[in-house]
Amino acid sequence: MMKRLMILVVLSWLCFQSVQAEDVLIEVLPLLQTNTVQTKQQAIETLAKSTDANRAQYLQVLMNGELYLHSNGTLAIVKDSQVLDPKTNQVLTLPSSEFKKITTTNNLRSQIRKALEQLNLTDANPTVRLQAATNLLNTITPDIAASWQQLLTTETNPTVKNALQLGIDLAALNAPEKSARLQAIQLLSGNLAPEVRKRLQVLTTDSDAEIAQASQRSLKTINDKIELYSYGETLFFGVSLGSILVLAAIGLAITFGVMGVINMAHGELIMLGAYTTYFIQQLMPSFIDYSLILAIPAAFIVSGLMGVLIERTVIRHLYGRPLETLLATFGISLILQQLVRTVVSPQNVPVSNPSWMSGSLEINSVLSLTYNRLYIIVFCLIVFAVLFMVLKKTNLGLQVRAVSQNRAMARAMGVRSARVDALTFGLGSGIAGVAGVALSQITNVGPNLGQSYIIDSFMVVVFGGVGNLWGTLVAGLSLGVVNKVLEPWAGAVLAKILVLVFIILFIQKRPRGLFPQKGRAAGD
Amino acid sequence: MLLTLLRNDRGGQIMLGVLALVIIAVPILNLVVPQGNPLHVPTYLVTLMGKYLTYALLAVTVDLVWGYLGILSLGHGAFFALGGYAMGMYLMRQIGDRGVYGNPELPDFMVFLNWKELPWFWAGFDMFWFALLMVIVVPAILAFVFGWLAFRSRVTGVYLSIMTQALTYALLLAFFRNEMGFGGNNGLTDFKDMLGFSLQADGTRIALFVASGIALALGYLICRYIINSKLGRVIVAIRDAESRTRFVGYKVENYKVWVFTVSAILAGIAGALYVPQVGIINPGEFSPLNSIEIVIWVAIGGRATLYGAVLGAILVNYSKTLFTGLMPESWLFMLGALFVLVTLYLPKGLAGLVNQLKTHTVSKKVTA
Repeated sequence: MMKRLMILVVLSWLCFQSVQAEDVLIEVLPLLQTNTVQTKQQAIETLAKSTDANRAQYLQVLMNGELYLHSNGTLAIVKDSQVLDPKTNQVLTLPSSEFKKITTTNNLRSQIRKALEQLNLTDANPTVRLQAATNLLNTITPDIAASWQQLLTTETNPTVKNALQLGIDLAALNAPEKSARLQAIQLLSGNLAPEVRKRLQVLTTDSDAEIAQASQRSLKTINDKIELYSYGETLFFGVSLGSILVLAAIGLAITFGVMGVINMAHGELIMLGAYTTYFIQQLMPSFIDYSLILAIPAAFIVSGLMGVLIERTVIRHLYGRPLETLLATFGISLILQQLVRTVVSPQNVPVSNPSWMSGSLEINSVLSLTYNRLYIIVFCLIVFAVLFMVLKKTNLGLQVRAVSQNRAMARAMGVRSARVDALTFGLGSGIAGVAGVALSQITNVGPNLGQSYIIDSFMVVVFGGVGNLWGTLVAGLSLGVVNKVLEPWAGAVLAKILVLVFIILFIQKRPRGLFPQKGRAAGD
Repeated sequence: MLLTLLRNDRGGQIMLGVLALVIIAVPILNLVVPQGNPLHVPTYLVTLMGKYLTYALLAVTVDLVWGYLGILSLGHGAFFALGGYAMGMYLMRQIGDRGVYGNPELPDFMVFLNWKELPWFWAGFDMFWFALLMVIVVPAILAFVFGWLAFRSRVTGVYLSIMTQALTYALLLAFFRNEMGFGGNNGLTDFKDMLGFSLQADGTRIALFVASGIALALGYLICRYIINSKLGRVIVAIRDAESRTRFVGYKVENYKVWVFTVSAILAGIAGALYVPQVGIINPGEFSPLNSIEIVIWVAIGGRATLYGAVLGAILVNYSKTLFTGLMPESWLFMLGALFVLVTLYLPKGLAGLVNQLKTHTVSKKVTA
């Protein structure tokens, strides 16, 4: 009884004091001293509602069990056997043994947590606000929703606004009036947040038939939307796989398609590009983020030079004998593989991903696109565009097309066909190297890297139609998508087999691919 | 008849002569000459030579389609492997309850996968004759269907080569799957005996070696017979001028399909003889690399000679055994360099080199 009286006295005293100083700690001190759950709840509420700048910190230490009380009424933070003043964070001279811990229960802690989140809703950082709103969604109550309604008027960030609105709607699902509930169900229709699905699922078995029906309808709209987005995701995976195929095949589209040279060492030129990335990263270990930018031209040069070397020493002697070229370049591929095994290592080498490649772009709560796949797609399109421009708009491109269509006539017009051959092959090989840079980010870099892509690359070029860059693009992307569409029900390996069988059958029907060359360029 | 067949085939005469000698001499040197005698041929060597002979037969089949018909098949390893699998399945059933799990009905890997009964396509493989039939029928059907589709729609040249490669690659992926019921990654192995004879016994190994030699000789003669016949003239005409042959009135597709199928059957038989000698068959045999290697045997030995293929297969594989033992690092360098050098400087292979030297001396005489 004495205690109660004292609290009353102190509280009334506090009322006078509050104008003078906003020291919320003094305000809650007596509440904490009584040590019952109810008073502590009150204390937490007071802390949360106060305007003290340090209130979040106080709540945090209270939750962590670091807030201690001395018998003389001093509050202190005891942390790592140091006694600190909670306001100033200065060391107090009182020995830690004289302090008693202010204990909290699970319920109290979750109350603190909510209070903290609620505080975070007014944080300056929108990410923190969003996180706080998302964390509170599950346990939202009408009175919190009311406070959110206020926040909504001042909130400027659209994402946070959406989250707050969602919370208010979710709270309205528990509203006492049926019309408000129905309206909330209507409003939540098509919302993809997992909480919405959970709550609506529960409501489908509501005793009120109208509510149950309405939530069923809303839930169906949501599920339809989710299905649509999962198709979108499959498409995205397919396109990204297709981009990889296109990247791997596009260099081949030049050497095989334009020049008619079957380069079985194409895969190894890709591998060289991937290894160039590895070496560049070894050279500049503290600048991994920039290494890829540097690796792209480096890989182009390394693989391109190797391509020119191959063309000058071997392929030059074998023009017009495609099957022999196939064998000779296969020999070169064996040599390059073994070279990497002997010089570098037979094991895979680690290539790290730059930080800007990790993470994902969240479209909504069911669809998120990983950045590395996204970048691959963009990169593939850029490479394609550049190559296309080179072939259509530059002098070299003109000569390349001239030589590939009619070598003798081109020579008669003064085109140095030997030089053009070497440069074309170098271009195709350099592109293979650039593809290697991209592949190093998504697959293991080892001596066998090239082998695993060579057959796919040939399939893409043949399927698309030899001598046609657009064909390669369309073929690569569509094969990627078909593969990913088949995968869920057939499994990865069977999907690949089915795609191979499909191409084999397709080639029977259209021996010159999707977009066959017409006219004289078609040859025999 | 044998003599007429080989009348203009000097290389073939020599090759078959040497083969006959080896088939007779090796068993004697292995079984009769006691161990320790420098002339004794150890059993492991007999098996090794038997393996080479099956490779040689495989090379002959590739030479038939590549050298004479102009189809560069990068998937002949698939027919070889299918023949091998058919034989492997028979050998697997012969293990009976001597497997690790001791199940009399199911091979070990099926017990491991928790299968309850034999899949339907394993039915009949406990009978030797059925297995032999499958050794022939399975590659034949695949070659026929593939060839019928491909040749009828006039897929030729490089496209066809890449398609055959895709075919063997697809089979490689398929046989890697455990669900296929062919032992997945590990393939079929741990064979015990064949027709009741232990595969470890010297006698069985000698018998398999001799069988491989005879198969090679017969395969060679069959191919030579095809080439010497009127059919042979037509297929060479197809190789050199396909459109012209078609316009003359020949059904080019039919010729191609039949020769391709015969070649696949012989390749399957080679595979069936290969498996009991090496004691294992796994999906690796389908790898596109293997098929390309066969082509290089033929290229090194000399295309369109048949005996050149035999020579190439044995030489390359002998050096492979030698160098992978002595300096394993260098083998791929050597094989790669062989590919390049042979295509650049020896377009007709070793057999062509001999002929070239001959004509060289002849032309020298003429000019002198």
